[in-house]
Amino acid sequence: MPGGRRRDRLRWSKIYTFARFWPTVGDDEQPSFHGGPSYSRTVHCNQPQLHRKKPFKYSSNYITTTKYNVITFLPKALFEQFRRVANIYFLLAAALSLTPVSPFTPVSMIAPLAFVVGLSMAKEALEDWRRFMQDMKVNMRKVNVHKGEGQFDHKQWQNIRVGDVVKVEKDQFFPADLLLLSSSYEDGICYVETMNLDGETNLKVKRSLEVTLALDDDEAFRDFTATIRCEDPNPNLYTFVGNFDYERQIFALEPNHILLRDSKLRNTNYVYGVVIFAGHDSKVMQNATKSPSKRSRIEKKMDRIIYVLFTLLVLISVISSIGFAIITKNKMPNWWYLQPDQTTSLYDPDRAALSGFLHLVTALILYGYLIPISLYVSIEVVKVLQATFINGDILMYDEDTGNHAQARTSNLNEELGQVDTILSDKTGTLTCNQMDFLKCSIAGVSYGVRSSEVEIAASKHMESEATGDDAGVYGSYEVELDHEIDFKSDNPRKPTIKGFSFEDDRLMHGNWAKEPTADTILLFFRILALCHSAIPEPDEKTGGFTYEAESPDEAAFLVAAREFGFEFCKRTQSSVFIREKYSSSEDLIEREFKILNLLEFNSKRKRMSVIVRDASGKIFLLCKGADSIIFDRLAKNGRMYESETNKHLTEYGEAGLRTLALAYRVLDESEYSDWNAEFLKAKTTIGPDREAQVERISDLMERDLILVGATAVEDKLQKGVPQCIDKLAQAGLKIWVLTGDKIETAINIGFACSLLRQGMKQICLSTINNVVAQDANKAAKESLLMQITNASQMINLEKDPYEAFALIIDGKTLTYVLEDDMKNHFLNLAVNCASVICCRVSPKQKALVTRLVKEGTGKVTLAIGDGANDVGMIQEADIGVGISGVEGMQAVMASDFSISQFRFLERLLVVHGHWCYKRIALMICYFFYKNIAFGLTIFFFEAYTGFSGQSVYDDWYMLLFNVVLTSLPVITLGVFEQDVSSEVCLQFPALYQQGQRNLFFDWYRIIGWMFNGLYTSIAIYFLSIGMLYHQAFRSGGQTADMAVVGTTMFTSIIWTVNVQIALIMNHFTWIQHLFVWGSVATWYLFLVAYGMSSPTISGNAYQILLEALGPAPIFWIATIIVTAACNIPYLTHKAFQRAFNPQDQHVIQEIKYYKKDIEDAHMWKREKSKARQKTKIGFTARVDAKIRQLRERLNKRALSTSQSLEE
Amino acid sequence: MNNSAASTSSGSGDVPAPRRNSNRPKYSRFTQQELPACKPILTPRWVITVFTLIGVIFVPIGVAALMASNKVVEIVYRYDAVCIHGNTKDEKVAYIQNANTSKTCIITLTVPKDMDQPIYVYYQLDNFYQNHRRYVKSRNDAQLKDSDKANDTSGCDPEKTTPDGSPILPCGLIAWSLFNDTYSFSIGNQNLTVNKVGISWKSDRDHKFGDNVFPRNFQNGTMKGGASLNESIPLSQQEDLIVWMRTAALPTFRKPYGKIEQNLRVNETITVIIQNYYNTYSFSGKKKLVLSTSSWLGGKNDFTGIAYLTIGGLCFFLATAFTVVYLVKPRKLGDPSYLSWNRNPSGH
Repeated sequence: MPGGRRRDRLRWSKIYTFARFWPTVGDDEQPSFHGGPSYSRTVHCNQPQLHRKKPFKYSSNYITTTKYNVITFLPKALFEQFRRVANIYFLLAAALSLTPVSPFTPVSMIAPLAFVVGLSMAKEALEDWRRFMQDMKVNMRKVNVHKGEGQFDHKQWQNIRVGDVVKVEKDQFFPADLLLLSSSYEDGICYVETMNLDGETNLKVKRSLEVTLALDDDEAFRDFTATIRCEDPNPNLYTFVGNFDYERQIFALEPNHILLRDSKLRNTNYVYGVVIFAGHDSKVMQNATKSPSKRSRIEKKMDRIIYVLFTLLVLISVISSIGFAIITKNKMPNWWYLQPDQTTSLYDPDRAALSGFLHLVTALILYGYLIPISLYVSIEVVKVLQATFINGDILMYDEDTGNHAQARTSNLNEELGQVDTILSDKTGTLTCNQMDFLKCSIAGVSYGVRSSEVEIAASKHMESEATGDDAGVYGSYEVELDHEIDFKSDNPRKPTIKGFSFEDDRLMHGNWAKEPTADTILLFFRILALCHSAIPEPDEKTGGFTYEAESPDEAAFLVAAREFGFEFCKRTQSSVFIREKYSSSEDLIEREFKILNLLEFNSKRKRMSVIVRDASGKIFLLCKGADSIIFDRLAKNGRMYESETNKHLTEYGEAGLRTLALAYRVLDESEYSDWNAEFLKAKTTIGPDREAQVERISDLMERDLILVGATAVEDKLQKGVPQCIDKLAQAGLKIWVLTGDKIETAINIGFACSLLRQGMKQICLSTINNVVAQDANKAAKESLLMQITNASQMINLEKDPYEAFALIIDGKTLTYVLEDDMKNHFLNLAVNCASVICCRVSPKQKALVTRLVKEGTGKVTLAIGDGANDVGMIQEADIGVGISGVEGMQAVMASDFSISQFRFLERLLVVHGHWCYKRIALMICYFFYKNIAFGLTIFFFEAYTGFSGQSVYDDWYMLLFNVVLTSLPVITLGVFEQDVSSEVCLQFPALYQQGQRNLFFDWYRIIGWMFNGLYTSIAIYFLSIGMLYHQAFRSGGQTADMAVVGTTMFTSIIWTVNVQIALIMNHFTWIQHLFVWGSVATWYLFLVAYGMSSPTISGNAYQILLEALGPAPIFWIATIIVTAACNIPYLTHKAFQRAFNPQDQHVIQEIKYYKKDIEDAHMWKREKSKARQKTKIGFTARVDAKIRQLRERLNKRALSTSQSLEE
Repeated sequence: MNNSAASTSSGSGDVPAPRRNSNRPKYSRFTQQELPACKPILTPRWVITVFTLIGVIFVPIGVAALMASNKVVEIVYRYDAVCIHGNTKDEKVAYIQNANTSKTCIITLTVPKDMDQPIYVYYQLDNFYQNHRRYVKSRNDAQLKDSDKANDTSGCDPEKTTPDGSPILPCGLIAWSLFNDTYSFSIGNQNLTVNKVGISWKSDRDHKFGDNVFPRNFQNGTMKGGASLNESIPLSQQEDLIVWMRTAALPTFRKPYGKIEQNLRVNETITVIIQNYYNTYSFSGKKKLVLSTSSWLGGKNDFTGIAYLTIGGLCFFLATAFTVVYLVKPRKLGDPSYLSWNRNPSGH
């Protein structure tokens, strides 16, 4: 393409004033290292064959992220399955069921287990297969590799070795970590997009060593050899230490020479590189943490309950085997009808101890019904169904991308209802990573009539507040707010131009020339068009230009300048060309500006400047930078607009915009040349203080500036992000932002999504850059500890309840803070802050911070992100949520849930999370209840059979109990139960806190349910036995045998547990009715069918319902009374609780039931607003703060007027 | 700004990505979990109504059950102690196991109230573990049903075969220990016929015990358990066996012996000649003879009635208690002041 070729001629390094001068390191000099990884790797460039054998045999480029392979699947997956204690127990039980010890038939033990384990393993296999396919896709990618003799050929990624020379073409991913040798640009630079590594979408420039620049075509590699000695594989993305031994000279290598795997080559036709780290050695793979199998808290607690039940099981088994041993020893010799002298060791009175021991095994199997085998399967089924509801929720479907929410692992659904802290990535998650030029202040006049999203949302919010009960009070504020910012919420913005949402006729269409300050405005536009380091790229489709800038705001400025009529169209090594068009009628004038110097932006300087000479020969210094920096550097005569601009800047900041101040300075020729001489000298200094020198000299020039104005750019938040954050905050969630971005950007976003606001106290933790100090680490840590202690003290001493603190910390500081001795101090400070923002964090650090929060607070953490750099954190957090947006799929692949927009998080958590939590909690409690109720009746019966291990129920009843008769109602409970509708969930975020506080699955409740089970079992057993005692149970004089007693008891149990579940449910659709009452009906149907089967199958249950029980009134009477007696205590408890200690959902249900929300809309509205968690972040907090501020002002004004009246 | 963003920033405006509607979830009230549902609420009115209703239903049932139970006339006579010689257990066991001693024992019963026919005769055993696992499992249903399966004695340990190896039919401990006391009744000189037909379940006779299956090798082993069976009568007609094979759930149980199809008047004296063969002395089990009429609810058992009255009463009590409590400390339904944020505003 022509553009590319034109740029090829451009020596990029020349336009950077700070272009590095690469000192060569002498042969004898060894770079020094401060800690870090050891330094043993040797790479023989272009000699991959040397890396076939030890000691240079490094790992290949084949990657695998699967958990299993063909051979290990069976053992490993089985091992995984039998890590569940319950499954081991059932496995043993199944094995023992083959021996005569078992009280049941083998099929009834083995079939359910095989079903349960098989189902879970099939699921695992499927998931791993998907991962395998994903890996294969990556491994099969092709890249051009040097085959020898200057020939390049395509090779699969997996076959690349360390030492290979590869040629990567435009828009390809780097297959491994490469040393950049040369590029299509003459000066060996290339652009790299590191989106997958750190989430930043701006392009980064990488440069090759000067010495390898010549290696820029295939032929050049015929005889190329070199040796790299460098650090060992490590996960640190931003460091690289090594040297390059080429043509008997040694050159130091820096991170800037390294192209990392999974980043992408952009805007560069091709590069040559040599593989340093391949496959799992590469930095991105080192950053990958093993994907853990996550289990929800409820499930972990469930395991503990299972332990409790096991204890109970062992206890009653021991009781019953001791009882059995005693009876066998003392009584059985007299029981001639058992032929005690012809017995096996199972019932041997002479060896009662042995029999007792064997009986222990029998009992453990017999009472196994205490441990619900179908619990895991039922939960799995429920979760899969819950997940389908999440997937199918149309309100979480994104029309633009066509993605719906996806629960990728279904075992964390209920955890969604308990989230305490959200750790969010910024780029792509909170923001679209798109900057829109929205407003500007020029010469003390603010332009731009459109409102930022923050303003629109705030106004909407206040409108709704105003119509509330306090309308009178708020109304007055609104007027006051409104005259300042003209909200146009009814006029939705339709941005026609990406990056430009500015709207103001005073400046557009050349109208600016009519403004009184047209000169300043012209200057303003010129600064926008000149003061940057971007390059234009012609767009063939439209004939215009697109801009390749280092940061998205820079691009937004250029687009803005273009729209104002100052189109940046060409950059040469020394000049920038601008097509200026003063009004729509005038013709284009192309002007050339000579770029004399470019003083680069960095986060320390917080400004950038260019020194240009215009056509007339005048020299200007044009500067843009953070307002505080610029304001400090203004000349006395440059402060004309300072106060207005300052006011505007504050307004913009409040509106969530990122601002920069623009200034200029006119230089005269001699002044400039003096300075330039010094500057050049500084630049060519060799030694460590070169940068300091350059900086000092630059600083000298960037003084006595004249303020022109300020820009306000909106970092476009994703749709609905502020509202979502607001709601989440109201639901009591804490939100941390972890971003790879610069601190300034992060803070701006913090403002935009109301995590930060004016008047919030910001605590910035930082380290002093003191590399010289011997014990730099120690010093830095000490100073940090000081900062943390001070900040904590400040928070503790704060009296104002509305005062909020924000903690801001960068990645470097985090490395210290995350060390073991510091992390708890840090965490204590962080949890006391309303919002926490971590900037410049590496993927690994994201994961570490997540772990710190997770382990330090012990609460549920949710990590949300969209890029590969978020994978670590997504995997580390209790719940990982991936944004399935435009960018790569890595985050989604690693996540547990994927949604396409951040705003769907609200519905995911507040609605689905809340429901799933309650459902699963209720379901598990009920499960234990029903199994205890059932299991203990078997135990009580034992006491009446001499503890012989005989069950009163038919084997078939037992088998069906868990699998058929009681499973479907509990599944409907788990899938369809709703305490309140989704609408109410969203209206009352406070309901979410029930999950955070774990109100429905605390030990109190669990034990309560267990006692309910115990009571039920007692009631069932003794009532049934009492009624079916030795007397005739029918008018026909027949007496009850074991089948009659067992069937009656079992019928009572079926009724009891199903009525119980009906009492639990709050929400009956036809489905619940069908399954609950259907289960009861199924039981009777089964009984009829079973009774009709051959008596060799049904035994004493033959014709039991139709002939024996059906006509017997006592059968029905017994069922009724047992069902009633078992459920009365629960009903009483529930009625009592509801009457005198109602929970929020009870009251809300009542309000809804009596339609009070419609009758008394006022009350409903008031309660909705009260239900919000008092937050210090989010819109509401921001609006509240604003209102407080206004109220104070109003009070003051009232005071002063009254005073003046008095006077 | 990256390429993808910048490349469209040329003023043409961004074209929305083509909608992939195939991914769009189908809307239905089901998938949105908005199905019409009834959401019952446990209001005080409901609570009180439910409890009252249970009370109203249960108390009459309880009364009816008690009345039925009271109507039943039951004569229970324990004869194991009187129909034995010997003082110690060993003597008693020796006596009962001695085939040569006379086991005949005559007792008299007085009818306490008029008893209308049919009067059911039961024997009641105590402390007899028919529900012991070893005992319960020791049978083979196939053998009982099907004449082809006479040799199928699996599961019948330890009463499978005779010492010479021929299969026992009916096999197993249950059949082997068949109860063998007999009773004959008379009032004055007049014999009371005991009808022993129809004391078992009809389905058992028709389908479970074959009419072409005859006892074989039964009680031919070294040890004799209980009753012997007439080898010429098919199992389907051996009703004592059929009844016995229905193992009882509890160690105390009654089993039907026969029916007296004749009304008995108050104060009539019945003489019962008991052949006291069955050994319950080894395990100190009691033996009782029971004559009982039956009601719609079966035999005499006050438990059902009492249980119903108790639960019914409890529900009345609960209904009253809730009423009182609601009156004393009412809570307006749907009163928002009970919401957690209103009750403890600071305690979020």
